[in-house]
Order: sequence, then C-alpha cells, then structure tokens
Amino acid sequence: MSEFLEFRDVSKRFGTIQAVDSVSLGIKKGEFFSLLGPSGCGKTTMLRLAAGFEHPDAGRVILDGQDITDLPPNKRKVNTIFQSYALFPHLTVWENIAFGLRVAKRTKRDIETEVEAMLRLIRMGDQAHKKPDQLSGGQKQRVAIARALINKPQLLLLDEPLAALDLKLRQRMLIELDMIHDQVGITFLYVTHDQGEAMSLSDRIAVMDSGRIEQVGSPAEIYETPRTSFVAAFIGDTNFLEGEVTGLVESEYCQVKIADIPGLICFNDKSMKPGNPVYLSIRPEKIHISRDRPEESPLRNIVPAVVEDMIYLGSTTKYWVRTHGLRVQVLRQHFRFFLDEKPIRWNDDVWIWWHGDDGFMLDRYRAVDEHLVALPPRKVGEPEDNNEKS
Amino acid sequence: MRRESRQKIRETLVSFPSLFWLSLFFIVPTLFVFAIALKPANPYGGIGSGWTWDNLRSLVNPNYLAVAWRTLWISVFSAAVCLVLATPIGYYLARVTARWKGFFLMLIIVPFWTNFLIRIFAWKVLLHPEGAIKKVLALSGLIGPQTSLLYNAGAVVLVTVYTFLPFTILPIYAAAEKFDFQLLEAARDLGARRLQAFVRIFLPGIRRGLITAVLFVFIPALGSYVIPDIVGGPSGEMIGNKIAQRVFVDRNLPQASALSVVLILSVLAPLVTVLVLQRKREKPESLL
Repeated sequence: MSEFLEFRDVSKRFGTIQAVDSVSLGIKKGEFFSLLGPSGCGKTTMLRLAAGFEHPDAGRVILDGQDITDLPPNKRKVNTIFQSYALFPHLTVWENIAFGLRVAKRTKRDIETEVEAMLRLIRMGDQAHKKPDQLSGGQKQRVAIARALINKPQLLLLDEPLAALDLKLRQRMLIELDMIHDQVGITFLYVTHDQGEAMSLSDRIAVMDSGRIEQVGSPAEIYETPRTSFVAAFIGDTNFLEGEVTGLVESEYCQVKIADIPGLICFNDKSMKPGNPVYLSIRPEKIHISRDRPEESPLRNIVPAVVEDMIYLGSTTKYWVRTHGLRVQVLRQHFRFFLDEKPIRWNDDVWIWWHGDDGFMLDRYRAVDEHLVALPPRKVGEPEDNNEKS
Repeated sequence: MRRESRQKIRETLVSFPSLFWLSLFFIVPTLFVFAIALKPANPYGGIGSGWTWDNLRSLVNPNYLAVAWRTLWISVFSAAVCLVLATPIGYYLARVTARWKGFFLMLIIVPFWTNFLIRIFAWKVLLHPEGAIKKVLALSGLIGPQTSLLYNAGAVVLVTVYTFLPFTILPIYAAAEKFDFQLLEAARDLGARRLQAFVRIFLPGIRRGLITAVLFVFIPALGSYVIPDIVGGPSGEMIGNKIAQRVFVDRNLPQASALSVVLILSVLAPLVTVLVLQRKREKPESLL
C-alpha cells in the first residue's frame, strides 16, 4: 500500500535549534501512527508541519498524493486535537463543535444534524449548552475530539491529548480513542512522550530524538529489536553490554566476549566477523536469576553474580547485580510463592542466565543514552553523581 | 449564614472610605450641578432664588442640538477610529518578542512625557495653513489650496484619536496578552480563514479589553473641551465649549449646569448599559 501521509526529506529550524532534521517518513491510510520521543525531539514540530502551522525549511509534505506543503491550515483536510484542547471559551459545547461547519457555510439543518450526531458519539448531549470552563478535563477532551472529527478530516493529528488528564481518566480515554479510531477509520497521527500510550494504541511507532527518526516499526519490533541504544533505553528498560566478537557458532550465532566473560552466545543478525566490536541490549525481564546454578543448554549464557540492589514491586522484583565489574538489571516475574522459599537478598551469590537470542545487537550506541536507563536507588551517603554512569 | 452576613458587614466596612470619598467629591457635587440647573440665573453671574425649568427647556434649541449631535458623532467616530487602529496594534504587541514589546510600549508611553496642551498646540502648528502637512497635501493635489486642515470637526477627530489612542491600545494589549493564541490555530485548523479566525475568535476573546478601550475614548471625548477649543474653531465646537462659554462669557451658571446635566447623563448611560450587560452575561469583573 502506498503512503497516505508522507514527509519527504523535511527540515525545520528554529533559531539555532534544528527541530526536524531531514526526516522522511510515510504513514499508511487508516493507520494509528505514533511519534514518540522525549520533549524537544521534534515530534510536535512534525505534527505542526502536517497541520500547516509551520512551513518546512526544506522538503515536502504529501497528503493522499497531493503536495500540501504550501497549503494553509484551513485548506488541509487535516484536523488537530491540541494538548490544551484549545476549546473556544466564549462558545458553548454545541457552538464549539459546530465551528468547523459554520465557517464552511453549511446549511443550518446540516449543522444541527451533524452536531447532534457528534454529541451522541461523545455522549454529551445533555452538556451541549455548557461553556468549556464548566466541563471536566475528560469532557473537554471529548469535545475537542468531536470538534475535530465533525470536519471529516482525512487525517487526525493528536498532540499529547492525554497529557493533561489524571491517570485513571487517561486509561479510560485511551480505550475511547482506540474505539473512535476503529469507528471513524481515519488515519491518526499521535504525538506523545509516553511510551505506554504509544505502545498500547499504535499500529506503528516512530521513535524520534534530536530531530531525527531513530526507528520506525510496530510496538513489538521497537521493543524487541531496538536498533539504537536510544530506542532501547527510551522504551522500557535495558542493559547495555559492550563486547567483541571472538568467534562464530554455526551460521546464525557468534561468540562474544563482554568485560572478561568469554564465550557468550549471541544471535548474529548483523553478520559480524570475529574482531568486530558489538553493543548488546538485553531487556531485564529476559534475564533469569536464581540461587542455584541452572542446567547447561546450548544457547544459554550462564554467569555468576552478586546482588547489589533490589526493589520488590509485588508482581515482580527488580535486581541490580554485579558480575565481572558490570552492573546488570534483572526483572523477575513471581510465578509461584512458596512460604518456605529462601528469598534472594542483598549480597547473595546468584546465577543469572539468558538465551542467546535475547541479547540484541544495536546498530548504533551512544554513551549518553545510558542516562535513560533506570538507575538503582541511591544508598545512604552515596555521592549524588556516582560514577556508574560513565 | 452568619458567616456570610459577617462577611457582608466586613466588606461594607472596608469599602466605606472609598464610598465616603466618592460621595463627598463626586455624588454631592453632581447633585449640586443638578440643583443649580433648576435655579434661575441672576444678572451678577450668581444663582437666583426659586426654582425653574427654563434652563432645561432652553436646551431644546437648534443651535444646541447641532452641537450635541456633533459632540456625539465626533466621540463615536473617534472611538471607532481608535478601535480600528488599536486592535491590530494590541494584537501585534502581544505577539512580538519581549524585546520589541518593551520598545513599542516605550514608543506608546513616551508622548506622555510632554504636556498634553503642548502636544495639541503642536498639532495646530502642523495643521496650520502655512504648515508642512498642508503644503505637502496641496502640492500633491490631494486637497485644494483653499481647504483648511484646521478649525473643523475633522481636526478635532484627528487630535482626539491622537490623544486617546494610547489609552485604547493599552487595555486591548492587556487583554490580548492574556489571550491564548493557540485558539487562533485551532480556528484555522477547523477551516477558518485568517480574518475569520480573527473576527470570530480573537475579538470575542478580548471583548473586555475592547469595551474598556471604547469607554476610554468615548467618555472623555464627549466631555472634551481643550481639543475643540484649540483646533476646532466654530465649526468644531462641542458641548464642552458651550459649557465653558456659558460659564466664562455669559456668566450664566444655571445654563451651564443644565448643559452639564445632559453631558453627565449621556456619559453615565453607556457605562451603566455596559455594566448591566456584563452582569447579565457573567460574574462582574473589572473592566481591565
């Protein structure tokens, strides 16, 4: 299927800040597509370029085969849901929703039927006469959605629409947004810094950093096969391990030496040769931990370690263990609870192990991304900026 | 309940000084003016005894009606011109970067460093038949050599707009500063053209500032005396000039008071209307 919304080599600079740096990106028709990244990564600028509030310094924006780069916002079949909702304070709910139809000079009867239909969709028929400042956050959100959808856009832009809501409401609105997307079947471009929102709603995600796209893929692809250290660290937690390929195992695997641990097996999807440096990302939940040495198995990496820190989280426990000078984060899911089980405690000697497929080689590694990885809680008396980061 | 009534008493107590001040220096003198309007004049420039409707009755005079009409249209027209000029200025002031904002606000405030009278006399020089503006306009053929720029209602409007423009820019700017400009983006996003967004969203958004701005020009313009006196001439006379003539030339205080009564009522009428309208619409707030 061809691209519905396309950014072709788009750049945008604000003063000295390169907000968007020659980005090319295609979004398919009907897709729920998320732009995910930390604040200042350029995701909102991308959205504003699609809406027409900004004009790119270079590159084109194509919507449904038409070049819309030079079209003003009012000429684009695109509507936006703003982070602060931007409801018109002097108009009632009804008038807010009707605004798009009124400026389009639609007939009175048309406007009435369509606004009533929208009010039913958002289940706010009885609030139609209220002004925005009499509404709750969730209600404002719904009015904003109705106001944007009434114009029947080809593309709906959502700028962190849930950021201003509290947690419970956010979860409910997530489900509502998903339902609305299924009902109206238009393309959604969703901007967020919240990986949870992006993961649960999106068909595909583009992870952005410093004006560039780091990776595009389905939520599972992004999580399981991060290409760069930024993606690996920004989405979920991970361990970065730096090593060197020492040999090949069969055709698909290689042996890697990390710190002074030789012979670790790793899936070799980058066709590395012996002598190549590699950066591995291993998710904490992929690493197992126990007091007893596990059985040997062909693709299993088994390493002894010492527990340095742990946080009990109910369904899981997070451990930070040290092995050969490395600090490794391990997440353990509690399956069974035995009263007589001897729990793992601080300074215990343990074994950690993971499957050769679970260490994923990164295309690109930057040391700064280590800051995104959750650090263990500081011990009392420990200096604030400990040298673990470097 | 009791808490509320005590609150009421406290509010009354707190507002008492200003109420006292207002009564002593505004309400009482106004009532004096109303009373004097109902008194006959005496030949020595004082106030005679007894009561009469003659002063008020004498206002129904084609001469006065013409002046009243001129006063009204000059005030309305000046307020309208100020509004048309000040709204875009207020809009841009709210949107420019902080550094430029300071500079432009300075430009607006700097004229106040020169005395009001001197600035009006400066206009007299500028508009004078031998003045630069007249010469340029006459040379370019825009006006005939006999057309006078000075001593007419047009000159009064020009100088009134000049004088009160800053007072209209500031409240509009203050309102625009609080306006959420993302609302304009939202309007554009929903299909509104630039001008539609401005008229349907921005103007209602700064409504309070616009009302204040109109009152700031309209009310002083209704009572203006100095401006028409200096640049108006006989064909630019306003009620203020008539009142001054009755006092200083005719030494007829009751007649002057009768004119003042009309003026006071015509100033209060728009104010009260605005306040009532605002109270009806929402909780009363300050005009600024």
